[in-house]
Amino acid sequence: MAISLTINGQAVQVTAPAETPLLWVLRDELMLTGTKYGCGIAQCGACTVHINGQATKSCQTPVGSLDGMAITTIEQFGGNHPLQSAWVRHDVPQCGYCQSGQIMAAAALLSHTPKPTDADIDAAMAGNICRCGTYQRVRAAIKDAAGNQG
Amino acid sequence: MNAHTPKSDITNKSSDLTRRSFVVGAAAVGTSLLVGCSQADILSTGSSVKVGAFGPFIKFSPDGMVTIVSKHLEMGQGNHAGLAAIVAEELDADWSKIVIEQAPANAKIYGNGALNNLQGTGGSTAIANSWLQLRKAGAGARAMMVDAAAKTWGVSAAEISVADGVVSHPSGKTAGFGELIAAASLIKPPADPKLKSPADFKLIGTDKVRRKDSKAKSDGTARFTQDVHLPNMLVAVVAHAPRFGAKVKSYDATAALKIPGVDRVVQVSTGVAVLASNTFAAKTGRDALNVTWDFSKAEQRSSEDLLTEYKRIASGGVAEIKPQPFEMKGDVSKVNGETLSVTYDFPYLAHATMEPMNCVAMVDGRSCKLIGGSQIQTLDQLNAAMVVYSLPGAVEIETLFAGGSFGRRGNPPSDYVVECVEIAKQVGSNRPVKLVWTREDDMMAGRYRPMAHHAIDVKIGPDGYPLAWRHRIVTQSIMKGVPGAPAFDNTTVEGAMGSPYLKAIPNVDAQVYMPENGVTVLWFRSVGATHTAMAMEHTIDQLAARAKIDPVDYRRALYAKAGKDGERHLAALNLAVAKANYAGPIEPGFARGVAVHESFGSVVAQIAEVSLVNGQPKVHRVVSAVDCGIAVAPNQIAAQIEGATCYGLSAALFGKITIRNGAPVETNFDGYRVLRMDEAPLVETHIVPSGEAPSGVGEPGTPLIAPAVANALLVLSGKATTALPFVSA
Repeated sequence: MAISLTINGQAVQVTAPAETPLLWVLRDELMLTGTKYGCGIAQCGACTVHINGQATKSCQTPVGSLDGMAITTIEQFGGNHPLQSAWVRHDVPQCGYCQSGQIMAAAALLSHTPKPTDADIDAAMAGNICRCGTYQRVRAAIKDAAGNQG
Repeated sequence: MNAHTPKSDITNKSSDLTRRSFVVGAAAVGTSLLVGCSQADILSTGSSVKVGAFGPFIKFSPDGMVTIVSKHLEMGQGNHAGLAAIVAEELDADWSKIVIEQAPANAKIYGNGALNNLQGTGGSTAIANSWLQLRKAGAGARAMMVDAAAKTWGVSAAEISVADGVVSHPSGKTAGFGELIAAASLIKPPADPKLKSPADFKLIGTDKVRRKDSKAKSDGTARFTQDVHLPNMLVAVVAHAPRFGAKVKSYDATAALKIPGVDRVVQVSTGVAVLASNTFAAKTGRDALNVTWDFSKAEQRSSEDLLTEYKRIASGGVAEIKPQPFEMKGDVSKVNGETLSVTYDFPYLAHATMEPMNCVAMVDGRSCKLIGGSQIQTLDQLNAAMVVYSLPGAVEIETLFAGGSFGRRGNPPSDYVVECVEIAKQVGSNRPVKLVWTREDDMMAGRYRPMAHHAIDVKIGPDGYPLAWRHRIVTQSIMKGVPGAPAFDNTTVEGAMGSPYLKAIPNVDAQVYMPENGVTVLWFRSVGATHTAMAMEHTIDQLAARAKIDPVDYRRALYAKAGKDGERHLAALNLAVAKANYAGPIEPGFARGVAVHESFGSVVAQIAEVSLVNGQPKVHRVVSAVDCGIAVAPNQIAAQIEGATCYGLSAALFGKITIRNGAPVETNFDGYRVLRMDEAPLVETHIVPSGEAPSGVGEPGTPLIAPAVANALLVLSGKATTALPFVSA
């Protein structure tokens, strides 16, 4: 089945079977490998992307359900997002594998809550696991980026 | 070009590394094709590494950039920043012009002196074993730059200074490193370059030392094994045994082969692999396989059965399993007094790295190339070589970032690497194969932190302090099955063995039983301390409570009795107490819990502020004091203490792999709960000033939080903790 998507602002035709998770279309077909596989059951958030602006776990999103939708991945930010600068200032990443997903979840948070409280951050980031335990730096970097945006 | 190979200059002050030291020798012993060669010959045979004029760790570019070659894997622990800082300090380089590159696999050049010179990263040794080696590398290259400038300018080398990558003479002449490469490469590298006095360090120990990979790890460009795409590559997903010890009896691949994209199905020693043009097809194909398993040699027992047996063993009720003593003095049986008897149970734990185990391999006849987050390259070379009937040097490894390890990627049989090589061997022709373990494959594959049972009986003197300590530990050996392993596996008891408390107590009878079962086990971040720190530190607080002595004062008294063995513990404790305002007021419903523990040459003290929310412990703030020798990269030491605390807290609160009829019950993050953002405490890190050579940082922060929380709960509820995790599913 041919599916029309807009990925990072570009129109893309995808021919994968409709049940293929968006994650594997991004990673294996479009070579957008910044979005990671972590659990495959929408528990860890490493695969978080934006679909029509909403933070979504791409591992449980069949590509066939996305015809005509706009998808944003970490690659779209190009390192220039205020969150990414804050991530570097705070040396947030350790192994780094979950961080694309953390940043995509945080970016969606800031887009609708520019000045998040700790409770806002807890709620928005609850679906993103970091096994290295970078949580306190993730929190600090989100607050820092929110300040810079303000 | 006058290549030179530095002698292996090692400072390894931590004696608990010997447990991994024999691994290479061990693997060699188990491999008939290696008989007759020395270990060094085996490890370097066929390896080809171009070493430039400035040695194997430093490369200069004409544009002034300096590449530091890291022999250590970056799996999150930030060692690349520290390693580069050590070189840059002695080189007087411009930190902003440093880039870091991963070394190729060649143990002769890039061996780890704290791991018996095999190339590998583990035991929190990266900075410690590189300390003198990289200082000499940096100082040597600096001297070559200075001599080159002196010759070029016709001045005395003594008059030349170097700062921020620029070589200067008082006459006003200056040159960047990049301009001096040609002249400097003709200078003979000094055999014993003069090193800076630590008092003159400008970079080491400052917050200028920051990660170089934060940007790549924030913009999606950092390359992990999972991200490798090569022309004509096949992705393999494997049907693994559903129970420990099960083997493939037969399989039917008809349905799998009908999945579009599936290329072929091959059997390997660990299961049946489906190879496809993409990951989803390979996984769909794997799920469509019909495999019949032979369970005749499979483990059939459950966690409850094992625990019942462990308790019987601890009480001496299983004659065929003999205890092995690890701390013995005086005569416990002759001591009378009040007795405190405590027991602790610890479950299996999965490492659960964010990036599940994976590997890329290509095999052509007897040559093999691996791409991945190799943690112990030398073992991966040895094990891969056995599959392709080659010498280890014929196995090339391109080491990438690893998406976490916590010990999992460095395992003696190289389990997932060998599986990938077995598949790639059947594919042949150098066609790349990427083995992808799903989360379930990863979590069900074992190599867990072993289950453990502790039984401790303390005889208490009239002053409230212990007169006798009887300790029995029951846990699987981590080293069992590794050829050539030493008779006594101290990984099972480290932390209890060597405890300053046992030094302070006149009568000690501490022994370990190591029963076997089919569940595979492995070192897990902080290894033995993952359970021994809880057993020691929580028992101390129960003794202090019984004696009605503050647990900090109780520890201070024991450290004083331990003499030299308690000095660093005391200093770390005192710093944590001061920074936490331990004696100060605390919110109603909160309590402070203390723990102090030494592992990997470093001592950490933590004070956790804990409350109970809906009956579950909530950790708000953790004040940490760390004695890790000279602090090379303070920001990354703090990051490791923050991360290790979260890793330890995740295990303490929720971590549990339950075995039922020989199979793990928890297979993904839905069942195996891990710490999330709202559960993570604020961790403060304070460094105990030290002039000693650096010791480990990646692991020592892990094991304290469990006893610190248990000790706070003892204050809050009056109840002792007897098993982990704190929160039942």
